[in-house]
Amino acid sequence: MGLLFTGGLYAVATTVNQAKADTQSFSASDVKEGEKLFLANCATCHGMGGSGTNSGPSLVGVGAAAVDFQVGTGRMPMQMQGPQAQVKPKQFTDDQTHQLAGYVASLGAGPSIPAAEYLDEKGDAAKGGELFRVNCAMCHNAAAAGGALTRGKFAPALAGVSGQHIYEAMVTGPQNMPVFNDANITPQNKRDIITFLKTIEANGSPGGADLGSLGPVSEGLFLWIAGLGVIIAFTIWLTSRTS
Amino acid sequence: MGDHSHDSPTGSDVVAAAGQSETERFQDPGIPPHRPRLADTDPRAAKRAERQVAILFAVSVIGTLLFFVGYFAFDPNASIGTLRLQNLFLGLGTAFAMLGIGVGIVHWAKTLMPDHEVSEERHAIRTEDDRVAAEKIVEDILEETGIKRRPLIRNTIIGALALAPLPAIVMFRDLDNSSLSVDRLRHTMWKEGVRLTRDPSGTPIKASDVTIGSAFHVIPEGLNESPNKLEEKAKAVVLLMRLDPAALHPSPGREDWGYNGIVAYSKICTHVGCPVALYEQQTHHLLCPCHQSTFDLTQECKVIFGPANRPLPQLPIKVDSEGYLVAQSDFHEPVGPSYWERG
Repeated sequence: MGLLFTGGLYAVATTVNQAKADTQSFSASDVKEGEKLFLANCATCHGMGGSGTNSGPSLVGVGAAAVDFQVGTGRMPMQMQGPQAQVKPKQFTDDQTHQLAGYVASLGAGPSIPAAEYLDEKGDAAKGGELFRVNCAMCHNAAAAGGALTRGKFAPALAGVSGQHIYEAMVTGPQNMPVFNDANITPQNKRDIITFLKTIEANGSPGGADLGSLGPVSEGLFLWIAGLGVIIAFTIWLTSRTS
Repeated sequence: MGDHSHDSPTGSDVVAAAGQSETERFQDPGIPPHRPRLADTDPRAAKRAERQVAILFAVSVIGTLLFFVGYFAFDPNASIGTLRLQNLFLGLGTAFAMLGIGVGIVHWAKTLMPDHEVSEERHAIRTEDDRVAAEKIVEDILEETGIKRRPLIRNTIIGALALAPLPAIVMFRDLDNSSLSVDRLRHTMWKEGVRLTRDPSGTPIKASDVTIGSAFHVIPEGLNESPNKLEEKAKAVVLLMRLDPAALHPSPGREDWGYNGIVAYSKICTHVGCPVALYEQQTHHLLCPCHQSTFDLTQECKVIFGPANRPLPQLPIKVDSEGYLVAQSDFHEPVGPSYWERG
């Protein structure tokens, strides 16, 4: 069962609006080198030719964006099977990641690595904030501090994640994250969301200590301590002798 | 009151004598000598303390007035900013109204009322004598509080106590919903042919836009122009998802409520109405962030964990001639948490 939770990474999400194979930016040697790396590091679970096994899903049609996100954040190769793939120091250099992405992109059409124009963090932060609160905040927390899901899974905090990886996560839906394709949130709106996330990250917490932005847990603990302090101060005053 | 005759007043200072010899008795230390406070000796200090108590009661009066300023001066429907400001005024007003009385009374008792200690010994109850004695005690208390001699304190506390319950009356009056029709909880903006549109932009959604694994946050078409936008949105929000049609197990009669694996469910939790929007696209679980109620999308959003009691209501959808997703009808049951008249 664990494999079902963890392994099935991508439903094959190929539709009209996404089915633009982006092999142009990958040279033939990239694909060739990528295939070697894939056979040596990925084929155990994902099968020869990325066709999938019982231990890992098929990678046909997941696109270069999925590879860049999963390998670029260190989630793949997975350290071990578990509720979900965890971030860890990345195992491949940028060049190797690029070659792997080129190979997987050549297997079938899928979302490509986003263009730099959508990652410049110069979109409309207010618009991005509105979209974030509607589409993302329920799992990732209104302050992007992350949150728990069912049975050991969680939505990660988004501070410190590069704009490119945020974009790729939206377009590919890694692990249990739903897919937010370009018909749902346009590339321009994705740029707004990234701008919003980078803005709140740079702004810090204007309302004082954010206590982890975790809501009632840390704030409740603080209130318990501060509230009990006030009650103790009142009892001392009540029982003290007046001069 | 019980029968005190078993307790000999003279024997009450023998404490837990077991294992001790009779000679080791505690000497009753008696009451410590009375130490006069500043206000007992200095009339100016007494006057100052009296003024402080009166100010504290006046703070309570101001707090109550602040409550009413907040209640009447701000229209909670104007914007989220005024609503927040009103909440601040109501909270601060009530806090000052209560704290002013409480702190004032304690300060009064500590500085001005007599603080000499007395000890009374127990004795058998003698009805008539005790009644007279009790009356005397009440008279003494009234005398000792100095409420007769200090009209400033008397007047301010009467003012504070008279005003303090008024916020509660106003608040509880607002709970009366007899003028509202409960029927409006049964219906939402959805009806046949209303397009499903994106939240917040209100743009319609084509069935082909919804790829497998996608989740769309949906509002009914025309919601943004509705005069009661927030009230309508609170009932009508929907989560739209697409999964492999083979994963869905619709019950008889509900087979055509979705479209090619695209299904729409109310986002309002049936427990206490939080928005259930944490969709896991691999496990097809929908998680409510408030109390961890978990709904299984593949079983028509049956509750598989947590305190929710009923599955999320499904919105029947179809595709119109232009390829956009539209509702077949309103929800077939009231959305959100249970209520008395739901039946």
